[in-house]
Amino acid sequence: MLVVYLGSLFSLLINSFYYIDDFSGLIIREFTLRTYAQIFTPANREIFTRTATMAFFVTIASAVISFPLAYYIAKYASRRLKTWLLIGVTIPLWSSYLVRVYSWKLILAQEGILSYFINLFGLSGFLKWLLSFEGIGGSSLALSPLGMFIVFVYIWLPYMIIPVQTALERVPNSLVEASSDLGAKPLQTFRTVILPMAFPGVIAGSIFTFSLTLGDFIIPLAIGNSKFFIGQAVYSYQGTAGNIPLAAAMTIGPVAIMIVYLLIARKLGAFDAL
Amino acid sequence: MHSKKAPLGLTIAAFGTLLFLHVPMLIIFLYTLTPDETTYTFPLPGFTTKWFGIALQRADLWRSLILSLKVATIATIIALILGTLAAAAVYRSNFFGRESISFLLVLPIALPGIVTGIALRAAIGGFDIPFSFWTIVIGHATFCIVVVYNNVLARLRRTNPSMIEASMDLGANSFQTFRHVVLPNIATALLAGGMLAFALSFDEVIVTTFTAGQQTTLPIWIFSQLNRPRDRPVTNVVATFVILITFIPIFLAQKISAESSDTEGENK
Repeated sequence: MLVVYLGSLFSLLINSFYYIDDFSGLIIREFTLRTYAQIFTPANREIFTRTATMAFFVTIASAVISFPLAYYIAKYASRRLKTWLLIGVTIPLWSSYLVRVYSWKLILAQEGILSYFINLFGLSGFLKWLLSFEGIGGSSLALSPLGMFIVFVYIWLPYMIIPVQTALERVPNSLVEASSDLGAKPLQTFRTVILPMAFPGVIAGSIFTFSLTLGDFIIPLAIGNSKFFIGQAVYSYQGTAGNIPLAAAMTIGPVAIMIVYLLIARKLGAFDAL
Repeated sequence: MHSKKAPLGLTIAAFGTLLFLHVPMLIIFLYTLTPDETTYTFPLPGFTTKWFGIALQRADLWRSLILSLKVATIATIIALILGTLAAAAVYRSNFFGRESISFLLVLPIALPGIVTGIALRAAIGGFDIPFSFWTIVIGHATFCIVVVYNNVLARLRRTNPSMIEASMDLGANSFQTFRHVVLPNIATALLAGGMLAFALSFDEVIVTTFTAGQQTTLPIWIFSQLNRPRDRPVTNVVATFVILITFIPIFLAQKISAESSDTEGENK
């Protein structure tokens, strides 16, 4: 099985050096770098930038949002409650990825539940204002990068909570107490004691949030506007266009980014927090 | 240890996050009851349970369901066998390249599914293998193996090696030792890993889109509805069904893992 997997990865690499003949549409099996050259066309560069930017912001947001729950589980929950809370976080991590994306199609729909509550609280003006921005906005939440961003955070959040919680678990309570005994305000303790110790956990979580956002094509297809993300581009190149070499070359991009990312993360001690 | 009570703000934020993780799935349940066929209007314009009956009569759904169940079952069986063997090999021996093997085994989960998917697609295309039931199964087995492997390896590392030595000293051969000592020890880990693998396979869509060709598993069916919704209410019913069928094994698997690490914590 490992052979199949590695063999496939290898054949992916090989394929990325082939090219597709523009006239016949056939894959020409000879070594060339011209497929890689196609990656650097402005259109494809834009796809890479767009995807990486989204992955970056999703990672930041997940890190911030994960903190209260992770901290609560690590420091305050009783043993019984902790088990249940952890199950509550891991179930969405393992289950029904597709269905969880689908649920946001219902929620974000123009006539859907979120709009209903936004109108109920008189916030529709604010939403319109948010959606009017170039880059994050669109005609409605379901068709905007902002909506996509919400869904990405929702889907990958558990991958951040678990490593952050594990890292926080290792912060000795005595250290937190010592800090406050020595006169640090809660915020100071948080910034100078807790945050540095939780940082490897955040990095570990970011491996998942970043890499998974880079490669995802379901969310950009389901939610969001017609602007392509890496995953979508790969999907459509191999599907309708049958251009496996270009799809393969575009996949090598995220893989390379992730390998560099993993190496940095290992240096920062993130693997101990896994 | 928990002498202090959590600040109210933290508690609210923590449970708010938990709600954020779970409420969207409940909303699908709600929408199975809508009589509205063309939009997602909220509040629901009425209530009906007719979609469940309609979904039951759809032959295409049954075909997809059976395909998904078959794939998940076989991928899980393959994963249980190969995952256990891989875990045993990494645990027991100190062969050359052991560390890299254990790193490679985690790759299918660390890399986004699209990489596995397009890699398999490239291989399938490269060797001119026709798409079939087995191409889906192999795609699923890659990540199912990882889950079983991780569960079993974690359990083996917590198993006392002297038990295996004692069994061998008392004259059991390796098969007997495996059957009577190792297997009972890792049984719940296998159960948990197997259930996780089954649930993962049952709703996997990313790798499947690259390895299925024209075949439609249940997640592929839902996926096609995501782009071009034709049967919105029926999709809600199917989605609910997928949630339920994956929720139960995952819940049980997590419970088993939590309990086994709990009891070991008490033994220390």
